[in-house]
Amino acid sequence: MSASAASSTTVDGGAPWRRADCEDFLVHEARLLDEAQFDAWLALFTPDAQYWVPSEPNQQTPHHTVSLIYDDRRLLETRVRRLASPRIYSQEPRSRTSRIVANVTLEESSPDYAIVRSKFMMIEFRRNEQRLFGGTCFHRLVRYDGALCIRLKRVDLVNCDAPLDGLVVPF
Amino acid sequence: MEQQPAHSIAQLVQPARVHRSLYTDPQIFELELKHIFGTAWIYVGHESQVRNVGDYFCTMLGRKAVIVVRDASGKLQVIHNQCAHRGAMVVASDKGHTDEFQCCYHGWTYHLDGRLKAIPLLHGYPADFNPKSGKTAMTQVARVMSYRGFIFVSEAADGPSLEEALNHMTTSIDDMVDRAPDGDIEVAGGTFRHVYNGNWKLYLENLCDAAHPWFTHRSSIDAAQQQKDDVLSDGSGEIAIRQMRQNGAPYSFWESQVGIWTYPNGHSYLGDYHDDSKLVAAMNDPVFRDYIGMLEAKKGKAEARRILEVSRWNSNVYPNLSFMSQFQQLRVIHPIAVNRTEVHTYCFKLRGAPERMFQNTISFANIVNGTGSLVLTDDLEIYNRIGIGLSSEGADWIEIGRGYQSDGPADHGGRQGKNSTSEIYIRNMFDAWLSYMTGTPASAALRQGAA
Ligand code: FES
Ligand SMILES: [Fe+2]
Repeated sequence: MSASAASSTTVDGGAPWRRADCEDFLVHEARLLDEAQFDAWLALFTPDAQYWVPSEPNQQTPHHTVSLIYDDRRLLETRVRRLASPRIYSQEPRSRTSRIVANVTLEESSPDYAIVRSKFMMIEFRRNEQRLFGGTCFHRLVRYDGALCIRLKRVDLVNCDAPLDGLVVPF
Repeated sequence: MEQQPAHSIAQLVQPARVHRSLYTDPQIFELELKHIFGTAWIYVGHESQVRNVGDYFCTMLGRKAVIVVRDASGKLQVIHNQCAHRGAMVVASDKGHTDEFQCCYHGWTYHLDGRLKAIPLLHGYPADFNPKSGKTAMTQVARVMSYRGFIFVSEAADGPSLEEALNHMTTSIDDMVDRAPDGDIEVAGGTFRHVYNGNWKLYLENLCDAAHPWFTHRSSIDAAQQQKDDVLSDGSGEIAIRQMRQNGAPYSFWESQVGIWTYPNGHSYLGDYHDDSKLVAAMNDPVFRDYIGMLEAKKGKAEARRILEVSRWNSNVYPNLSFMSQFQQLRVIHPIAVNRTEVHTYCFKLRGAPERMFQNTISFANIVNGTGSLVLTDDLEIYNRIGIGLSSEGADWIEIGRGYQSDGPADHGGRQGKNSTSEIYIRNMFDAWLSYMTGTPASAALRQGAA
């Protein structure tokens, strides 16, 4: 599969989680997004995955408050399929993005999963306009078929409750 | 541009077409703030946001910052968020609860209705300074009225009452409220705020536009149609995908199953000719069946049936409000500049309905109003593109004539498109626009509705 999958195969089920492996994985994920390899990005998620960008700071749940994005696996697949459509007008022209992932910490881990916290900044350029996004990501990572996979990705934008134009490229 | 006299404004609205400058001329925008947002009944919020004495929230009335508050006597007040001393913004939180308003500059303190309550160093003011006069109060907006919990204000001291202005649209608000088994609804579940570089009028013009989903939403329609249904969903993706597929209904559906109705003062709604089951497919949904049971228990079978047979989709109350009863959605339009608009969206919880139903409301909000929605992002793109297109001086007139010769009268003083793809609701809004902008009665301003 991918570079990160190869490196993470060194982590056997039950072996301790290593922060550096998680960071490599996040950097790889960011690269897939910047390179618009959305199918490969989707392949990082588990079959029961959720991808969540809350609309409020400290939002407790996606079920009782609206979210900038809240995708269960079924909707995440649809989102990624749409990104490949030649008639996705909100991506004509396409955005270009550049992301930096940093301050990666292992917040919690057990043999089954790890919760990894990171900071990100993303510049998005489209139609002569540049937008800057930043915030905190929480990845709940699991080992799935020998590879690291994302069970839940939560992205807390610092400006999640600001008036925003459309968010099309995933964070 | 020079001051636009009324007669030249009138020339910009012609039968079945309008001039590009209505969307691009900053001076026309200023006149709209004055003559439309400065006189019409403007939706500012819902009473559930200020249930108790001292509850308040801040919003914008055109470009004017206002505080909506329940005063000590339990009455709704809407006051300008400016200190009567030297003009500082007094309330800096979006919402909250307080006994009084205190300015952080020199400490002038106000009652909840804006009257001055206390003032430091009172001895230093001139002899004729009167802390009880209106000059030392925060300014109240001229008229505040609510209809079944929906709060509107008008800056015109005189004029039609709220119910007169709403006319037949009161029944759309009834439809929002009646669906609650306990007879009450409340704002809940957070808000979306989106912006686009385009004129405020574009938003309502799109919300009843039945001819655009087939094109604009093609990418999400295709993606949803190709989605396998055996992939895991907790229900939210299922609702989203159902809605996207619905957007892909063929033209024959919009032309035979769906209608558009318009009423005086620019109001309109899009709705089913027949029944409530297509858009939401809700009758097959166990949560919705539970809800029907609860509604019947509280209201009786016949009344529950009457309530659910009202089959409206988007109801638009000109100039700044749109709502949808089936999934308890509401949108408020805020004009920022001639080519900049902000839209705030809200959800309502039906008191006495199953908790799970509100989860469906949230899921539906995410797909139809979400800033990161697979659907709304293409609408925002359209608003931005219209903003760019109309700002080009290549062509001066835009067409709003679809259905012009086939519109007909409707009950309750309304007019109706032959089917839902008529642009009658846009023409109807421009009749209202012309009436507000030129100060002529609606009947004399008719350019679009004349049969
Ligand atoms: S400006 Fe408010 S007290 Fe002086
Ligand atoms: Fe749309």
